Amino acid sequence: MRVEALFLLGVAAFFGLVGIVYWFWSYDGTTSGGTMMLIGTTLLGFVPGSYYLWWSHRMKPRPEDRPDATMEDGAGVIGSFPASSIWPFVLGMGLFLMVLSMVFGLWLIAPGASLVVSAAIGVTVESRRGGTI
Amino acid sequence: MTVLADRPVIHEHEHEHHEGPSGILKWLTSTDHKLIGMNYMVTSVIMFFLAGLMALALRTQLASPDSSFLSFQQYNALFTMHGSLMLYLFAGPFAFGGLANYILPLQVGAPDMAFPRLNALSYWLYLSGSITMLLGFLVAGGGAAFGWVAYAPLSTVQFAPGSAPDLWILGIALTGFSAIFTGVNLVTTTFYLRAPGMTMFRLPIFTWNMLVTAILILIAFPILTAAMVLLFADRHFGTHIYSTAGGGSPLLYQNLFWFFGHPEVYILALPYFGIVSDVIPVFSRKPLFGYKGMVFATMSIAALSTGVWAHHMFTTGAVLLPFFSLLSLLIAVPTGIKFFNWIGTMWRGQLIFTTPMLFCIGFLFAFLMGGLTGIMLASPPIDFATHDTYFVVAHFHQVLFGTAVYAGFAGLYYWYPKFFGRMYREWMGKWHFWLLTIGFWVTFMPQYVLGLWGMPRRVASYPANLGWQTLNVISTIGAYVIGISFVFFLVNLWVSWRKPVPAGDNPWDAHTLEWFATSPPVHHNFERLPPIRSERPVWDYHHPDARTIEHGSAHTNGNGHGHLAGADAGVGAEPGDKA
Repeated sequence: MRVEALFLLGVAAFFGLVGIVYWFWSYDGTTSGGTMMLIGTTLLGFVPGSYYLWWSHRMKPRPEDRPDATMEDGAGVIGSFPASSIWPFVLGMGLFLMVLSMVFGLWLIAPGASLVVSAAIGVTVESRRGGTI
Repeated sequence: MTVLADRPVIHEHEHEHHEGPSGILKWLTSTDHKLIGMNYMVTSVIMFFLAGLMALALRTQLASPDSSFLSFQQYNALFTMHGSLMLYLFAGPFAFGGLANYILPLQVGAPDMAFPRLNALSYWLYLSGSITMLLGFLVAGGGAAFGWVAYAPLSTVQFAPGSAPDLWILGIALTGFSAIFTGVNLVTTTFYLRAPGMTMFRLPIFTWNMLVTAILILIAFPILTAAMVLLFADRHFGTHIYSTAGGGSPLLYQNLFWFFGHPEVYILALPYFGIVSDVIPVFSRKPLFGYKGMVFATMSIAALSTGVWAHHMFTTGAVLLPFFSLLSLLIAVPTGIKFFNWIGTMWRGQLIFTTPMLFCIGFLFAFLMGGLTGIMLASPPIDFATHDTYFVVAHFHQVLFGTAVYAGFAGLYYWYPKFFGRMYREWMGKWHFWLLTIGFWVTFMPQYVLGLWGMPRRVASYPANLGWQTLNVISTIGAYVIGISFVFFLVNLWVSWRKPVPAGDNPWDAHTLEWFATSPPVHHNFERLPPIRSERPVWDYHHPDARTIEHGSAHTNGNGHGHLAGADAGVGAEPGDKA
């Protein structure tokens, strides 16, 4: 966990530094867009990175963090992986139709949105009862 | 059925049979990273061929002065779509959607990607976005024609009317979301689904590079998507964000676009560096020289790449020239480290010139040429003279061809036995390589000269009295040789499909975990895993008498292989470190 945390905090540190340099060097009010983008990027690294670092002090190293771990150390369930599901396809096609509606006519929003909503319901139901299509 | 994936090796229980749907329904519903990765690869290679055919049409037009092969509008639409397809729909998705999707979970020892359904959604959004963009050819007006960068105000509704530009913008937005979701998936998989003992500094370099690429995707693509949404609002909702009429700024578009655009160049390059870093050690029969140096070089390239966006905007006169020039020149340092390490890996190795290795060596030359001209362009005085000429065109084609085509096809040939459990025909692969190499250099070297003579990019015709025709004809011939070389690739696929030669699980005697799985890997990838004690667990497993080389180990002697012991000595390795 610690290496991951430092990796993300490194992203934050670099962009924080570059952001400060850029802010002072370009300070005339017209290029503040660049400064804003650099601040956002700093947060992208800082928020998850500091959270990981906080956790890395509170948990034992995971088997994948220990160089001497054996396969037995990691035994057990890794996680749940849905085997197959139609809903990503339905959601994708719904978004596709909604995007096309902006060019080919707003009526396409109706089928698009109904596909998106049904996909949202479908995924939720599927996750709850652990079933599939 | 939701499957609770167990760690393999502990229970030698009967692997649960995956009873999923079959046929078209399997294709529509699969959340298996291998099938999704294959979908991505097939789709993106189709996009590559489409864009390649467009390039041949462009080169045919340019082979003679004042040519009327294409109308100016068609020419503009074709070079726009050539660039868009190659950059947004081939080079990126082929790497992070196709190869990484398939290979990264295998390399870290995971049963699947962290969010399989999100992964499937990424693919459907990518496919929808590609179709949306290509639909532009079918509507009235015929294809977006403002270049792959879509600078405002050229892309505003006054100068680019019709619905084809809208379709282009919306297609980019869709594929942008697809890339963001894939980025999230890659980071989470690398952080949470590694096998026991697979510490961060034992990850294969390909996985490391994909991790860094995924971070770059998360930095860059939201900004592109935002820029596209704002552009769409300017076109249709009466905002004036990019037009001076309402107090907006066209330069804002350029800033937003290139804040995406330059990291994008490295999103297209780093995965391919990863492929090369995985292939060269296998065919040099050595561990990678300077593993940690490679990792930190990747990180520095990524970090610097986000600080150099305005070097595409030197000639606007509205950017901080010294800041962006300095950072652009600095990128040469970590890239040089990578070259040094690749050559260091090959140095005194037992080189085996298989097709993937040849493609990697081709990559080294192509990328070196593209990189050196990049250093020239990073200096504002040279950039002012060559901006928007064929010099720039040749530069970025050599960079991107070196990465996406040379290294991309190196990866495709390298992992082909893993994907299909059968071998390709080596002699056809070599024909592919040599024809491609001849075509590549013949196509792009004359373009440097044309650029220095002042031929501007994005022109459909040129006067006959400037003496540009000879070099243009040479360049066009080269382009056709490249086209012909891919016939060998397609025939190779066809032959290996009709007359399979079984490959076995590990035909290359390779290093990383994907070669421990069966070919092709079973559902949820691994029946069992070897102990992971170095960055080459499969090599250690198959060569128990060879010494395991661990990072940070104090034992740097007694190694009979003639390679550097203590691979983390990195780029600072002294000659005395050699055993």
